Amino acid sequence: MSTLLSEHKQPGKKRIINIKGANAPRLLEMGLLPGTTVEIIRSAPLGFPIEIKVRGYLLTLRKEEAECVEIE
Amino acid sequence: MKNQSLTIALVGNPNTGKSTIFNALTGLKQKVGNYPGVTVERKTGFLNLNGVQHKIIDLPGTYSLNHKKIDERIAYQTLIGEYQHEQTPDLAVLVLDATNLDRNLYLATQVMDLEIPVIVLLNMSDLAEERGIKNDADKIQKQLGVPVLPIIAKNKKDIEQVKQAIAKHDLKPPAPLRWKPEESLSNAINEITENWLKPHTNLPNRAYPIEALRLISDNQVPDDFHNHPRKEVAQEIIANAQAEIERAGKNPAAAEVMARYDFIESCTKNGSTRQDEAETTSDKIDAVVTHKVFGPILFVAILLLMFQAIFSWAEPFMNLIDLFFVHAGNTVAETLPPGILNDLLVEGVIAGLAGVIIFLPQIMFLFFFISILEGTGYMARAAFVMDGFMTRIGLHGRSVVPLISGFACAVPGIMATRTIESWSDRLITIMVLPFMACSARLPVYALMISAFVPNENVLGFISLQGLTFFGLYIFGIVMAIAAAWVMKLFYSDGSSTPFMMELPSYKMPKWSAVFYNMFERGWIFVKEAGKIIMAISVVLWFLASYPKVDVPPEIANNPATTEASFNAQQSASSYKLKHSYAGQFGRFIEPAIEPLGFDWKIGIGLLTSFAAREVMVGTLNTIYSVGEEKGSVVTLQEKLIKDKDPETGEPIFTTLSAISLMIFFALAMQCMSTLAIVRRETNSWKWPIVMFTYMTTLAYICSLVVYQGGLALGY
Repeated sequence: MSTLLSEHKQPGKKRIINIKGANAPRLLEMGLLPGTTVEIIRSAPLGFPIEIKVRGYLLTLRKEEAECVEIE
Repeated sequence: MKNQSLTIALVGNPNTGKSTIFNALTGLKQKVGNYPGVTVERKTGFLNLNGVQHKIIDLPGTYSLNHKKIDERIAYQTLIGEYQHEQTPDLAVLVLDATNLDRNLYLATQVMDLEIPVIVLLNMSDLAEERGIKNDADKIQKQLGVPVLPIIAKNKKDIEQVKQAIAKHDLKPPAPLRWKPEESLSNAINEITENWLKPHTNLPNRAYPIEALRLISDNQVPDDFHNHPRKEVAQEIIANAQAEIERAGKNPAAAEVMARYDFIESCTKNGSTRQDEAETTSDKIDAVVTHKVFGPILFVAILLLMFQAIFSWAEPFMNLIDLFFVHAGNTVAETLPPGILNDLLVEGVIAGLAGVIIFLPQIMFLFFFISILEGTGYMARAAFVMDGFMTRIGLHGRSVVPLISGFACAVPGIMATRTIESWSDRLITIMVLPFMACSARLPVYALMISAFVPNENVLGFISLQGLTFFGLYIFGIVMAIAAAWVMKLFYSDGSSTPFMMELPSYKMPKWSAVFYNMFERGWIFVKEAGKIIMAISVVLWFLASYPKVDVPPEIANNPATTEASFNAQQSASSYKLKHSYAGQFGRFIEPAIEPLGFDWKIGIGLLTSFAAREVMVGTLNTIYSVGEEKGSVVTLQEKLIKDKDPETGEPIFTTLSAISLMIFFALAMQCMSTLAIVRRETNSWKWPIVMFTYMTTLAYICSLVVYQGGLALGY
């Protein structure tokens, strides 16, 4: 069962299954690929953006961007 | 490398320490400006190696050469030699963040595909080691086939090694990388190259693969082909190529990136190991700084502290500058024979110059703080923490940085909105940005507050003057929020903006960079604003001094004794002013501004300050020193307080009219430079006109309500 990264707020590691949608090219370039592990760190005040750790660096994503990331 | 002078490009992701390396290589031999026609900062410098001078271009920090954003496009076009304002580089020095090699190597593979000779620097290798990341430079070097140096940018020894590597480089383009687009992708690349790029564009051969890949991964024909006469042809060719990849069961957008990352992982898997990360110091700081509750509180506290400090720290410096110019004015007035030249120098030039220099301390302190916030990495956290709030009021987390820059000056702030990719977010940020209390308002605020707000403390320790000052800043912010919220109702294209933003590791700020930036901004202010202020001061002196009129004897012959002489003198010069060109102008608009509590002198100031807000103070300086008895130069504050209506004897300025004036200044669009930059950034006269109209109308209404309301309440 795959879910969207935007539906997860609890800290923890997840594996990416697919990247889709309008923001896909940029997300891919930033190193979020199918198979990559991302760690959810925290979310900002009011819920979004969220902060994730991927390939050893911290990246912030808004809801619309997190919705482009399908995870296990 | 023989003794030839090279053009060297510094390339890298944002936050890799690229500018530290640039500064270390070039020393102070550098030039900062803007790329022509766009507002991306352009830095070039010179490096002397064994008696040969090399030119170094610091390209804008970029994650990719897939040039969607303007700074990516400049980096890309410079590298392929297509950017007309820049020499084609002979050598690219790639600065990679050693703590984060995967994503940094992505850009490296793109640059190497362009067949440019390359040196790779793994910067921050100390931080990487601290985090248990082991990068084996030799193995990476073997994989890439180019020199790879692990360095720490602040070590002199390491910079020396970089220089050696540049000197020793054979300037041969790197061998093709082993990353391979799989079959359907490489077919598509060929198809686009043969059918579109070769026959229809003037790109150099080495740019074909990158260009083709860009067209494949993008879903539309990029901007630079929009005007191409045969863009339908391009569209069709690209669509065919994309379809081909899809038939092979691949995602056209992802195929290339995945192939590159496969290669990168093969480099780093052999060459670097990552212990499962323990919590770093950065993480610990972040737990507080980006905390849901403490984060925003901290942000506001930092802003508050900043402005309290600016006001109190700058004051002694400003007093010194003030004293200096009073003294200089007196000296010149006494030394030169009386006449037009004396008047012009003392009342036009020196008064105008004083009006410029006096604000340097505040501007420099502000940029001192902004540089620290940027240098430590806090600015990105501020954007993260504030984005939720900013999206709700119609702005963007990235609006925070331009808006904060707007506290110094709206012009660089508006330029900085280029980092906001969505047009509607960007436009709204631009339109509300001039409400932020820019440094050009400081002079007016500072003058009015120190003259008309009592120097007392409330609750024993908060200065009432400081509090008023802070209140004006908050007022500007609140109005900006309100305006953004209203505009979002009218103007929204419904698109969401990519927010993807890296949070760099915290660093100690580089003090040399902080101070360099501080002086650079101060100098820019003096140079850019100073010219206008000086010119207008001289014009105003003329307008306020001519035509020369004869003062009626009953005013001119008032007894000239000490304190009484001040008022008498004032009425004589008032008389002259009222009959000068400037006075005629001011009196002409007096009926319109009287309900706001302003007299004709303020009227003159309001008119001249439409050129630039800070001119107001210079204008008042000039107006109040016109016709001054030589040797009795008094500071402007004292004159404002003592200025009386010649008919009623009532003071011209009260605390209420000072507040009304400050509110007018907080809201009115009184800056030609801002309007000019808005015209350029929006590429239409529509937005500057809208901006001017709505801001100035709002200012008039608010001042009217405050002044008349205040009067009605008996203030």
